[in-house]
Amino acid sequence: MSTTTKTKLRRSMLFVPGSNTGMVCNAFIYKPDTVMFDLEDSVALSEKDSARLMVFHALQHFTYQDIETAVRVNPLDTPFGLLDLEAVVRGGVDIVRLPKTDTVQDVLDMEREIERIEKKIGRTKKTMLLAAIESALGVVNAVEIARSSSRMMGIALGAEDFVRDLHTQRTKEGGELMAARNQILLAARAAKIGAFDSIFSDIKDKEGFMHEVAYVKSLGFDGKSLINPNQIPWLHKEFAPSTKNISWAIEVIEAAKDAAERGLGVVSLDGKMVDAPIIARAEWIMDLARASGVLGAEL
Amino acid sequence: MSKILEPAHAGTLESSDVFVRVVPSEHAGIEVELESSVSEIYGEAIESLIKATAEAMEANYVRILVQDKGALDYVIKARVQTAILRARGTTNPDWSLLS
Repeated sequence: MSTTTKTKLRRSMLFVPGSNTGMVCNAFIYKPDTVMFDLEDSVALSEKDSARLMVFHALQHFTYQDIETAVRVNPLDTPFGLLDLEAVVRGGVDIVRLPKTDTVQDVLDMEREIERIEKKIGRTKKTMLLAAIESALGVVNAVEIARSSSRMMGIALGAEDFVRDLHTQRTKEGGELMAARNQILLAARAAKIGAFDSIFSDIKDKEGFMHEVAYVKSLGFDGKSLINPNQIPWLHKEFAPSTKNISWAIEVIEAAKDAAERGLGVVSLDGKMVDAPIIARAEWIMDLARASGVLGAEL
Repeated sequence: MSKILEPAHAGTLESSDVFVRVVPSEHAGIEVELESSVSEIYGEAIESLIKATAEAMEANYVRILVQDKGALDYVIKARVQTAILRARGTTNPDWSLLS
């Protein structure tokens, strides 16, 4: 288990099929912000049991102690959901990704079972929840879902199932996802949790991927689910702040520090007020810059 | 110690994986047969890991046939456990015996 928090940087969440041994063993090498083992759609029915045990052990292996881990479990109304939860909570996962979250009740049901397992094994660190919104009903209920539990660290769009539910298909322009993306983002921000965009499935289309990343970043998303490790450096590059932004952030932080030393709550920089939200934004830019390798850790 | 009643298998022959077959035996105990490209160096350690994993699950009267393709320890453990659970016809294990 990593030292993860609700507000940790999560630009890249790499899906790793629990049934793919090579990927399970090697995913940490690619340094995504979060490794997201999958026990649901990418695992054949005949291998649900083996994938579950593989992920149970991988979560405990030293290679996954310094990286945040999430697991997408099967829904609780399948024969696999509860067994998946037993395995991953006992394995020490940081985040459980709920598949197809339509209502608040879906979250509460999952939370109840996680609490029961944590209590049984004496786990003191709370397992966090990430709800995947994959239907029109889920999008409509996104605000309540985002606020439904103190364990909730984010909500994510699952676009493939969502467009099927909408009776349409994905396009490069992404118009079919516009309402869902905006609703999910607003719900996440209102609940002060993370918002994560869906996968981009054409792994050969770098240009299309970069276009989509730039778009969702400009909307305000914190990051994106990925299905191929090659997409990680592309995405991190797009999320890296510009030199201009970094210079601004450094100036803001220095001005704020100076103001604090002089006992002032608010200070002005180039004629513009610097207050708590501006400072928080500057610190976020610096976190991004450090994670992107643009700055040394000392800054 | 419980007998293995049905033959079962788990894993693949892909690189980094291991293919494990468990079959009932007439003899008490756990018998391991290992094929591995790294058996000269790690054979003994892999065999003890397989045996310890099966013993922890209280398996008995069983032969475990293993083809290793360079799997990490936890992969071997996971595959042996899966094969034994499949042989017992259950997917709901006693988790305290698996860690």
